[in-house]
Parts: sequence; structure tokens; C-alpha cells
Amino acid sequence: MTDATHPTAASGARPRRRAASPARSEPAKRAQFDRPLLPWAFLAPQLLVVCIFFYWPSVQAITSSFYLEDPFGFGSTFVGLDNYKDALGSAEYQRIAGFTALFTVLVTGFSMGLGLLFAVKADKVIRGRSSYRTALISVYAIAPPVAGLMGMMLFDQHIGPFVKLAAWFGYDMKVGINYNDTAFAMILVSVWKQVPYNFIFFLSGLQGIPASVREAAVIDCRNGFTRFRTAILPLLAPTAFFLLIINITYALFDTFAVIDVMVKDKPANNPVTLVYKVYNDGFRGNDIGGSAAQSVILMVVVLVLTLIQFRWLERRVHYG
Amino acid sequence: MARIDIRNVSKTYPGAATPSVADIDLAIADGEFIVLVGPSGCGKSTLLRMVAGLEDITGGEVSIGGRVVNKVDPAERDIAMVFQNYALYPHMTVRENMAYGLKNRKTPKTEIEARVAEAARMLELGPYLDRKPRGLSGGQRQRVAMGRAVVRQPAAFLFDEPLSNLDAKLRVSMRGEIRRLQRRLGTTSLYVTHDQLEAMTLADRLVVLNAGRIEQVGAPLDIYHRPASTFVASFIGSPAMNLLDAEADGARLRIGQNVIQAGAGFAHRGPVTLGIRAEDLHPAATGLPFRTDLVEELGAQRLVHGFIDGQALVLALDPSVPVRDEMFLTVAPERLHLFDTAGGKRIGTTDVRAVHARVPA
Ligand SMILES: Nc1ncnc2c1ncn2[C@@H]1O[C@H](COP(=O)(O)OP(=O)(O)OP(=O)(O)O)[C@@H](O)[C@H]1O
Ligand SMILES: [Mg+2]
Repeated sequence: MTDATHPTAASGARPRRRAASPARSEPAKRAQFDRPLLPWAFLAPQLLVVCIFFYWPSVQAITSSFYLEDPFGFGSTFVGLDNYKDALGSAEYQRIAGFTALFTVLVTGFSMGLGLLFAVKADKVIRGRSSYRTALISVYAIAPPVAGLMGMMLFDQHIGPFVKLAAWFGYDMKVGINYNDTAFAMILVSVWKQVPYNFIFFLSGLQGIPASVREAAVIDCRNGFTRFRTAILPLLAPTAFFLLIINITYALFDTFAVIDVMVKDKPANNPVTLVYKVYNDGFRGNDIGGSAAQSVILMVVVLVLTLIQFRWLERRVHYG
Repeated sequence: MARIDIRNVSKTYPGAATPSVADIDLAIADGEFIVLVGPSGCGKSTLLRMVAGLEDITGGEVSIGGRVVNKVDPAERDIAMVFQNYALYPHMTVRENMAYGLKNRKTPKTEIEARVAEAARMLELGPYLDRKPRGLSGGQRQRVAMGRAVVRQPAAFLFDEPLSNLDAKLRVSMRGEIRRLQRRLGTTSLYVTHDQLEAMTLADRLVVLNAGRIEQVGAPLDIYHRPASTFVASFIGSPAMNLLDAEADGARLRIGQNVIQAGAGFAHRGPVTLGIRAEDLHPAATGLPFRTDLVEELGAQRLVHGFIDGQALVLALDPSVPVRDEMFLTVAPERLHLFDTAGGKRIGTTDVRAVHARVPA
């Protein structure tokens, strides 16, 4: 999901509010199809993909969550909300939910914060010099796969510089074995992977602020930090709001690969997030019903978070 | 309120071969309204921005109120600037926009409120105080931008083409409003425009810039009636002054086959450029033969385009004067402007009519 979105989407919500009146005054420009089925034919591939890869699995998950599946494939029994009760009631689930919340807050906070910091610094350098901009934006194109790989190497037990750095201070860092070390590495690599993404969006947001508004602010406010906080940052709010949703989704779901690499085939006492537990219980533990219930819970959480964000945050976010 | 002294100021942008602004010397008196005018790219904005502190000064010195400000932060220069695209803070209401600069300067709250209220009253912004800029028309935004400058009570106002985004009618009324406001507050003002009409109507003194240098400084009517060069002559005034190639022989000027008399005391030999304002030419029984090509009706007057001896010319005539295809034109000798053909500089003409004292608005 993250990769499909283009930087300009940050301001994508803007035209909505104004769209109503001009559209009404001029005659609707509607493409006329002779055959009413043609538009559906155009839509079909997309709809098919959405149905097969999104709606159908969702329906499957919801149905399965009410059944207890026999681990050996001999039928299933309807158990109502038992799977949900089991999941929510288990201490392990609660512990992992707690870690997931912490993980999400830290990953979102740090990757957005660092992305913003770098964007502000880069913006100072490249203002009006497009060659720099191209160079910096290409970071985005190469970063995600390379960053992930490099991130893992940073914590490699033998060659990882972070492990060596810790060793200098007399600390024996054991990623994949020690709970806190793993958590630290997991967060750091997840942040590391996401920073370029946020950086690009913040940078393009900053570049979108008119030079004269900045100059007016330079005349109105001497203190650079106050100026940034009161005159520039609020103008980045639409970008930040968009990124907040993307980053939370990223932290909850797209970090799966990072976690998998760090904890796969390692002793049990490692931090994982809810999405990893869904996978673990379903595919390793063969508890299809329980896993389905957990994924439905996760779906609901994301839905609620997104609704809250749109309802409360968007109101305070200034567009245009 | 303060005087502004621009001494020998130059600006070369990094990487540029030639300076964008070169050796500008200008002393602006306290309370004076100076308009910088010139064609696009001549360095007006650059000069203004150096005074504002938004652009580094490559050479020379700018002082505001006797204090050299070359190294002073823009926020500390005690100036307020009005931008072409208004540069309002989109996330703040009109009230917050005006208060922002004062708040950052730790002005007491009651004082801020009083000043904003006063500015809102002056600029008739009262009903809009709690709106965001996106809910305002162009003219209203322009007024907010003015208000933001006014509340600061700065030593100087700097304007960079503040009216160019407005429609023609609004531009005229805002022009008057700016002038009245400046008179009332008596704040030293530096105003950039490329609209010569705006320049003429607003300025106490006009500074005509050409390619980064000052071409002429003076009261608008002085410049209109005594342009220092063909550049100024063709830039100030609408329609532009007619410039004709002529041959001088003492006080006699030859345009092709025709001879006219310059005023007494003019003694120059060789090619000259003859300048005549469109409104100084009148049809008569004899004179320069003129062939009409095109007539533009402006209502109050009529512009007649045509040729004298193959050289293009335009006259501004009263609509009651009949236009014929062939006419003879006369011009009073004291209304002739003579310029050096090579350098374009004015050469001492005959007497230029006395400029009548201006009546303050
Ligand atoms: N940031 C910059 N870097 C390099 N050159 C610049 C920069 N800003 C302006 N210039 C150059 O300096 C010269 C003067 O520019 P300036 O903006 O002062 O012109 P202006 O008189 O305000 O024109 P306009 O009426 O179009 O606004 C121009 O030739 C322009 O190309
Ligand atoms: Mg300019």
C-alpha cells in the first residue's frame, strides 16, 4: 500500500471542499458510453482484484473466526465468540498487544520525526535548486529494499556495527535472543526503512509552501524555531496527517518482514506484534479460528483508528 | 518613521556574471513615498529585498533611521513588507495574521488588540476578522496584507507590486487607498511597480531603473516633462513618447524633408532623437505632413496612429477634432525633447515649460 502512493497525494484531500459549487454551475461533462456495460468492463479487472484479495479473504476471516477448526482438517465446529474471548482474555495476547501499541507509537513517532527533521535540513539546501531535489528523491526509489537489508546487517551477530558498538561499551547485544535487544533492533530497522518515505513527503510539502509566506514570516518572527513551529509546521499538517495514517498502517502490518527476519527460528522469548502473532497462530500453530479472530480484531482496530483520525484530526488540519 | 539611505548598493547573485543591481545611491527622506519603476528584470525587487534584508547586500550600505542594517536580521530592521501575492498565513484568521508580527515582538495583548482593531477600522476589515484568508476576495486579502504592515507601525513600508494581482478597477481604488493611508500615517515607503501609471500617481519621487542602474530620479511630473533619456521617455507616459530620428542644424530640426524650429538657444549639429508627447501634437493648416493609419477610440480622447515621413507616430486628440487621412501637425518648440542618438541621453533642449506646483491630494 505504501509504495503505490505518489507524493502529491499528500494534498489530495484539498479540492473536496471547493468542488461542489463550480461543478454545479457548469454543465456536467460526462463521457457518454453507448453501451451501459462498457464502464463495468473497464472496472472489472480492478474490482476482481479487490474482491479476490481483499473482500473474499475478509469474509473468510470473519466466518472462520466463529468456528473451531480441527487441526487435522476433520471439519469445524461453530463456537460463537469463543475465539474472541480466548484471544482477548489471554495474558500473552495482552502482552503482545501492549508491545504492538508501544512499537507503533515509537516507529510512527521516530520515523515521522526524523523524516521531518531531514526534510527541513534538506529543504534549506535545495531551495530553488532542482538538481539536488532529484538526487534526494531518488533516495526514495532505492531505499526500501536496500534499507531493509542493510538494517538487518547492522545487527548481525558477527559483522553488525551496532553489536560491535555495544561490545565496546561492554554490552553483549544479542538480537533474537534478548527481548529488549530484539525490540530495540526491530524498532530501529523499522524506523530506518520508513524514514525516506516520510522524508520525501515532508520535503515536497515544504517545497509547496510559497517562498513569500516564509519571507513574511522571517520579517514577522525573529526566532527560527518559533517561526517554524507557528508559521511553517501548521502548513505541513495535511502532509503529516496523511503520513500519520500511512505510518500507523506501516507499523502495524508492513513491518512483518522485519520482524520475521529477526525472530524466525529463534527462541520463544522475543517481542512480536499482533500481525506476527496472527501469522504464528494460524500457520505455525494451526489455530485457524483463533488466528482469524485476532485478524478481525486487528482490522477493527485499524478501522477505528482511521475513523478517529479522519473525524478528529482532519478537522484541525488546515487545507489550502 | 525614519529615513532610508541607500549608498552605493550593488547585488550580484551567486553564479551571475553581471550585477543585477549596481551602484544605487538613493537618500529617502522621512515620510517620503518613493516608487521604483522599470521594466521586468531591471532589479526593482532585488533592491527592495536588500532593504528588507531578504537578500544579502553584495556591496555598499543600507541604513534605516541612521542605523546601518546590512547585517541586521529582517525582523529587527523595523520594516514591514507587502508582497505581490499577499503572503498571508493560510492557517491563521485575519486577526491572527495581523497580530502575528506583534505577538512575536512581545507586544502587550491589549496593545495588539487595539492596533488590530484600529487597522481593521481603517481598512474596513471588521467583518472579516475571524475568517481565514481562503474565504476572502483578492482585494480583501490585499487589505489584510496592508493591515499586517500597518499594525506593526514600522519605520518603513516596503511594497513589492502589491496591486498587480488585482483587476484594473480595484487596482485604481486600492492605489488611492494606499496613498491616503501613507499620507495619514506618514510612514516612509518604498514601492515597486512596473505600472507607470501607478508609479506616477503614488510617488513623491520616482526612481526609474534600467538594467540595475538608476536612470532618473525625480518628481513624477518632472520626469514626465523632462525625461533624462530616451529610455525614460519611452517608459513613462501612456502612450509612450514619440521618438523620431532627426537631423539638427542649430535650432533647425530636419525630419526627412520637413524642417521644424526648435526653441531659441539650441545649438547642436548632427543626428538627434526628437521626442514629442502624443498630446503635444496638434492638427493645423500647415506643418509636418502626417498620414493616418489607425484610430483608437478611448472615449475621453482618441489615439491616432500614423506616419511622418515613414516614421511611426501617435497623437492623442480630443474626440471633437476631426481626423483626416492626411493632416498637417504642429508642435510648440518648447514641447520638443531632444536626445543624443548614440547614448540616448537628453541634450539640453530649449526651455521646458515650468512644471506647475502639484496640489497635494
Ligand atoms: N535568486 C536569484 N538568483 C539569480 N538571479 C536572480 C535572482 N533573483 C533575481 N535574479 C536576477 O536579477 C535580475 C533582477 O531581478 P528582479 O527580480 O529584481 O527584477 P524585477 O525588476 O523585480 O522584475 P519584475 O518586474 O519582473 O518583478 C533579473 O535579471 C533576475 O534574473
Ligand atoms: Mg519583481
